[in-house]
Parts: sequence; C-alpha cells; structure tokens
Amino acid sequence: MIAEFGLASLWLAASLAALQLVAAWLGQREGGETLARVVRPAAVVQALLCGLAFLMLLWVFARTDLSVLLVAENSHSEKPMIFKIAGAWGNHEGSMLLWVSIMALAGGLIALIEHRLPERTMLATLGAQAFVGLGFYAFLLFASNPFARLAVPPAEGNGLNPLLQDIGLAMHPPTLYMGYVGLSIAFSFAVGALLTRNVTPEFAKVMRPWILGAWIFLTLGITAGSYWAYYELGWGGWWFWDPVENASLMPWLAATALLHSASVLASRDALRTWTIMLGVIAFSMSMIGTFLVRSGILTSVHAFAVDPTRGSFILALLAINIGGALALFAVRAGTIAEGERFAPLSREGALVINNVALSAVLGIVLLGTLYPLITEAFGLRVSVGPPYFNPVSAVFVFPMLLVLAVGPLLRWRRDRFVRIKAPVVAIAGAGVAVLLVMWLIAGLALLPLLGVSLAAVVAVAAFLPLRGRSLRRLPLPVWGMAIAHFGVAVALFGMSVDTAFTAEKLTAAGVGDTIAVGPWQVRLSAVEPVAGPNWTALQGRLSASYEGGAEHLLTPQSRTFWAPPQTTSESALLTRWNGQLYTVVGGATEDGRWQLRLWWKPFVTFIWFGGALIALGGLLALIGRVTGDVRRRIATRKIAARHAEVAR
Amino acid sequence: MRWLVALLLALSAPAFANDTMPPAPYAYRQLDDPQLEAKAQALMETLRCLTCQSQSIADSDASMAGDMRSEIRERIAAGETPEHIRQWLIGRYGDYISYQPRVTSATWPLFVVPVLLAVLGALIVLHRFRRRA
Amino acid sequence: MKGVRWSLWVLAAFAALVGLFALQLSRPKNDTVQSAMIGQAVPPFALDAAVPERPGLATADLADGTPHLLNVFASWCVPCAAEAPQLAALERQGAPIVAVAVRDRPEDLEVFFQRYGNPFSRVGKDDLSRVQFLIGSAGVPETFVVDGKGVIRHQHIGEIRPEDVPDLLRRLEEARG
Repeated sequence: MIAEFGLASLWLAASLAALQLVAAWLGQREGGETLARVVRPAAVVQALLCGLAFLMLLWVFARTDLSVLLVAENSHSEKPMIFKIAGAWGNHEGSMLLWVSIMALAGGLIALIEHRLPERTMLATLGAQAFVGLGFYAFLLFASNPFARLAVPPAEGNGLNPLLQDIGLAMHPPTLYMGYVGLSIAFSFAVGALLTRNVTPEFAKVMRPWILGAWIFLTLGITAGSYWAYYELGWGGWWFWDPVENASLMPWLAATALLHSASVLASRDALRTWTIMLGVIAFSMSMIGTFLVRSGILTSVHAFAVDPTRGSFILALLAINIGGALALFAVRAGTIAEGERFAPLSREGALVINNVALSAVLGIVLLGTLYPLITEAFGLRVSVGPPYFNPVSAVFVFPMLLVLAVGPLLRWRRDRFVRIKAPVVAIAGAGVAVLLVMWLIAGLALLPLLGVSLAAVVAVAAFLPLRGRSLRRLPLPVWGMAIAHFGVAVALFGMSVDTAFTAEKLTAAGVGDTIAVGPWQVRLSAVEPVAGPNWTALQGRLSASYEGGAEHLLTPQSRTFWAPPQTTSESALLTRWNGQLYTVVGGATEDGRWQLRLWWKPFVTFIWFGGALIALGGLLALIGRVTGDVRRRIATRKIAARHAEVAR
Repeated sequence: MRWLVALLLALSAPAFANDTMPPAPYAYRQLDDPQLEAKAQALMETLRCLTCQSQSIADSDASMAGDMRSEIRERIAAGETPEHIRQWLIGRYGDYISYQPRVTSATWPLFVVPVLLAVLGALIVLHRFRRRA
Repeated sequence: MKGVRWSLWVLAAFAALVGLFALQLSRPKNDTVQSAMIGQAVPPFALDAAVPERPGLATADLADGTPHLLNVFASWCVPCAAEAPQLAALERQGAPIVAVAVRDRPEDLEVFFQRYGNPFSRVGKDDLSRVQFLIGSAGVPETFVVDGKGVIRHQHIGEIRPEDVPDLLRRLEEARG
C-alpha cells in the first residue's frame, strides 16, 4: 500500500510540475494573470508531494518491505536501522528520487520565499525549474521506478554493500545532492533572467544566498567524501582524481566562480555575462557528472547498476536542458546590457582573473576526465590520473592563489598599487621565508614546496582585510570571506605536508613485535576474533607510543560480512594535533605472522579541517546576508508604514 | 573516493574466485633501502591495477597487483630506473596501465589544451581591461 | 565578454560532447585489457612443470616450428572450467595446446584435470604471474595464438565459447604460413 501511495504521490508531483511549466509559459501572455497565479502554489504543492513520495520510500526501507524490488535488492532485515534508512538512497532509483525531491523542495522554497524579483522573472525561473524537473520525473517514472513491486517477495533481501554501511558515507549522498541539485536554482534563475532580459544586481542579490547554500553543502559533501575514502579504503589516500571524484569537483569549481561573480554583480553591477554563463555551467556540470557516474562509460566502478538505456535517457535530458540553455544564451547574450566599468587593478579585476583561473581548472579537469573516452572512440585506451592532474592543475591554481591573497585588499572600481604595497610586501615576505626554510631545511619537492609557501601567503592574506577595522562591527560576510580563504590555506598546508612527509611501514609482524614508523613505536600485542551485528572480524590490538610517551590502544580490523559476502578493512586511527597514525591489519602470513600497514601522516587532518572552515566561512556569509536582508525588509516596511501614517 | 566498489568487485566478482597461494615476496614487504622503496612506491602509485581497474597497484589487494608490486620492487632493487619499468609495462599492456599519459600523437591535446587555455585566459583578461581602462 | 559568436562555439563544443557520449553509450563496455605484445616474439622464459604428468613450458617449446595455442588459466577460475569442453574439442581437431597455470597448487590442478580433462601437452607453473607480465596477459582465462617462430599472432580474452572454436582453428592455420 505504502509503495503505491508513494508512486501515486510521485505521479501527482510530476503532473504538478507539468502544470507549473504550462502555467508559467502561458501566464506570461496577455490575459494570463489567473494562470500565472497558479505557478507558485503549484511549486509548493509539488515539493510537498515529492517529499511525501520520498518519505514513503524511507518507510518501506525502514520496515524492510521485501515485496518492493528495491528493498529486496538493497536491504536486509538484520541491518542496523540507520543503514536500512540510508539504503533508501544507496542505489540508483532511490538516489534519483532524492535528486528529484531536492529539486522540488528547492523550487517550492523559492516559490514561497522569493518576492524581490519582478514577477515575470520569477515565473520564468519557476517554469525553467519545472522544465528540468519534468525531465527527471519522466526518467524516474518510466525508467527507474523506485516503487516497483515483486510478484513473489523473497525470504530475505540481498543486503547493502558493507562499504556503504558507514555513517559518513550514508550521509554523503544527501549532502552532495543538496549541493548538486541546489545549483539547479542558479540554473533556473539564469534561464529566467535570460528569458525576461532581467540581468541586474537585484537578480544577483536574490540568487546569491541560494548559490551559497548549495555551495556550502557541496564543499561539505566533497570534504566528507574525501575523509571517508581516506579512512575506509585502507591506503590513506584522500584524492585520486577518479572520474566520480572529478564529477563532484567540477560543479564545485563552477559554483565557486559563480559565487564570486554573483557577488560582483550584486554589489558592483559588473560581470553580468560571466554570472549568467556560470549559472548555466554549474548545474550543467552537475548533470554531466550524474551522467558520467550512472552511464558507466568511464572506468570508475560505481555501485549503481549501469544500464545503457538509463544512460541514454540522462544524455537526452542533458542535451535538452544544457543545449537549450546554451542556445538561449547565444540568442539573448547580446541583449545583456554592459555593466559598470572598472580598472584592471581593482577588486573586480582580481575577480575576473579568479573567474578565468577557476574556469581554466574546470576545463582541465573536464578534459582529463573525458580524454580516455575520446581516445576510446578511436580505439585507443589511455589513462589520465594524478601524475597529470596534479601538476597541470597546480599551474593554474597556484597563480590564482596569489591573486586570492591580494584581491580582497583591493578597492572596488579602481585602486593604486601604492596603497597596497605594504600588505603585499608582508605577504610576499611570509611566503618567501617559508619557501626558503622548507627548501633548505626540509628539502621538499617542488609541488609540496610551493603548496606550503602559498598556504603561508594565503593564511596571512586572509586576515589582512580585517586590519584597521572594528572587529566587533565587522559584517558577517567579511568574517565569512576571511575564514573561508583561511580554510583554503589550511587545507593546502595539510595536502602539501602530507604529500611530502608521510612515513609508511608495510611489514609482517609477529605478536609481541614492535615496529617503528616516523616518531611512533607500535607493538602488536594480540590478534583476536570479534563479532558485530552483521559481521565477524579479526582484530589486531596495537599499542602505540609517540616518541616514547604514553601508550595508546588501536584496534584495526579485517571484517567479513555475510550478506552480501565481502571482506573490508577497518582502519584504526590515532589523531594528534600534528597528524594521524593510520593502522591496518591484513591477513596472516604462512609463518603465523600478521600483515601490518602503518602510516604516520603529519597534518593530514588539516585537509578536512580546512574544508570545514571553508564551509563555515560560507555559512557565516550566508547568515550575514540573510539576516541583513531580513533587517532591511523590516526597516523598509517600517518606513513605508510611517509614511502611510504621516500621509493620513 | 568511490573506488570502494572496486574493492567490492575485486573480492566478490562473480566469475573469478581468488587464488589460495601466498602473496609474492615483495607484494607486502618494503625494500630495505628507503630511497629505493620511495622510488618504487612513487612508481606503483602511477600504475593502474588491471583487475580492479579503478585503483593503482599500490592501493590494490588483487593478487596480480601484488605480483606486479613484487616484480617492480625486485627490479628497482636490481638497479632499473622507474621510467624504464614503466616503459616495459606499457610495452606489454599499452598506455592504459600508466596513469601518467605519454606525449604521443594520440595524447598531445592533453598537453596543448592547458597552454591554449592559459593563452585564452590571458586574452580574455587583457581584452576586458583594454576596453574597460 | 559579449557577443553571440563565442557562445556559439560553446554550444558547438557541447554538441560534440553529446555526440561523443552517445557514441560511447552505443558501444558495449569493454573492460578487457588487450596485450600490446601482439606481433612480437614471446620473451624468454622457462617454467617448471605444474603437474607431474606434463612437462614444464619454456619459450623454446613455443618456437619449435609449429604454431601453438597458449592457454593462460587457473583451477580457481570459473570460466576456465566453462571453456574446458572447447579446449578439448580444439585438441581433438589437432590443435597443439600448451598452458600456463597462474598461482595454482599441484593438488588443485589435479582435481581440475580430473574433473574437466587435460588437453595440454605442457603446463607451466607461474606462481608470480611472471609470464603473464611478459606476454601482456591481464587475467584468466586468455588464449594466445603463437606461430612456429614464437611470435604472438592473436589474443583471445575470456573463455572460449563454442562459436570461437572455428575462428581459433583458422588463426592457427594462418599462423602456419
């Protein structure tokens, strides 16, 4: 019953999206005012119905209703409840329903909240949102029904992939999707603005908090995903430039550029064309990413059932949505009026360079990710991995970081170098000092060396704009910018130091042996069997002491699940302020010893700490903007009320 | 990040059970000389595992990856250069096995396009400022 | 940054991208790694006997003037069992077949041969995948057609299906010339 109810909700939501689209389209014409008034309520009800459908899916998973095909294929009655629920989105159909639900939710929210733009533009925006949504509804209902039933329910489900039975990864899809799909709002706004020729600072001010929200989630999602891969996969790697990782990075790059561009448009009425283009590109990258991951055309084994028919459907959606938006852009771009002018040495100027650099990195990541596909079309197979991406992206990112250091110090519109000479010298001094120290004393390789030096530069530069200002009365968005930029420096520092100074030990150890790795002494005291809710494991007991200090206990496991049958490695980590000890226990050797893998990774936690700081900076900026906005609206209303009183 | 399922496939792939022989001598054992080991490790991180094709052989638990690691460590200990070993492997399996693309008639765009992007970017910035200033 | 022209370029690039995606979608996904050694001579190697009843395998055995089928297999490999009837058929029709057993114990091989027969004139013991690396074999089962001079002429990846038997026989015949 519940599943049918969910399916019915989904159909209704899709019909409402169709209604929303038709009403938005026809409502633009003369005499269409009645129809136009239907659009916003339609968006809200669509959100409610779609959300209901999603809740129904969660329900059938929580109850392990094995007559639903999806549950039978992906769940198991013995799974812990939290993972039963997370299993709802840990598969293709369920995650597609999550995608559509977030799109509907986003559309409903703007329909409910946004009244600052001319109604025509809002209608066009909601129409665009409905158009994109309809495509995905069709995909769900015709090619990926999450509520399909089984005629004969099995006695037990297939179980959820053990690697997904981890709280971090369970939360990964919702977080990332809030980001990916949240960018659909920016896309719809861009299309709406193009359709109604309304590219103005007001439009950018409206769009900005939505972009920020999506961007914060995307940042968190990527950071969390990197950390998950690091501790779960057992080899201490945190980024591999795998196509699926790149599929999440590309929208983030576009969204970061979009964020900065929209800020310029909002405050200075410049970079209009850039902002619209980036708004289209950001969500396009989300869609391309979804296609790459679900179609299976790239070698990056992803859990979703790979089906060429599904791939073709998504490709068609891609072609229609992105092609349509790009065509619209080509036709209407000429009508976007020129914005305000600015000199090269100005904050706008720095942000133009920022846009260009981020777009270049985006282009490179896209090229490298797709290149094996291109050569395969000609019958040749090549691989493009970290040895390509690391240096080539660094070539664009490192100069961009220098601009990041100086940009926030510049005035809008036109500045003189003389004014910023002192801070620039300070920053340059910090960078050069760190460079020399690291090079002469630590002998770092080129990329980590530059990385650490630039981290020092950006760390100092992030807080320089705060100099000479009253800290208590500083607007939140400025704090947000400083913290986010500082987070970049922290993450870069972590990446560089970990790359340069990781110490690794692979060895076969007998019980009682002590192994040295970096500044640690690690003793294997025992290997014992343990059992969990749906697994058994061999657990190693390790006593680790840092430079002869107190001993700490670590218990890495080699875990065997039975539904589905699989062995995973559960690493044990010990975190200090200056790094992590990473331990993994493998199989037994023939002479009764145990495979141990130990790493000392200095400052590796700074990578994700930096990512969290970046997200925090974004959150502060978002709060600052929204509260500032609310305050302004209240003040405007008060003034209007007072005028009305005076007039009476 | 999502190579998680590479691991899944390696260990539960339907058509291939795993062998029961012990791993190769240097599959899970480092070379005694830390500099040689660092060279070997750097090389292994840039070679693709052919069984679970989303990982490098440094990260893979597949037995073929272990055999390849052992072979590489032994060759490096015997004095071969990492580049020579990479060329040797490309000679057996083609460019697919190396994550570091060579500059060939098929891959030159990979290296030319970033240069073009840099030039294009500079042009955009200059064009923008010439009109604005 | 205005002008319709450059945005048309972007649209054209996107259209090309969609075309590429469509092309790759229409083709079946190919996970196999082809050997790059096709057309080259088998490098020198010498493997001990994997089971007592057959001799070991060395490069000289492959360059003895007659073309051979070289089957890379293992007893723990399920498709290798599936292709056993086809290998038996090939042997019956006069194809000389030699084998490399990858990471296999003699006792497991004995069980395998008892169950599925032994069409090989020689079985080499490759515990460390060395020969696989030498000839560019990336998995099991794979079958190579090697001519009388020891040059690899063809690689068949995956199990040999009944419909592949005539093709392999033909290639073996071509390798004779």
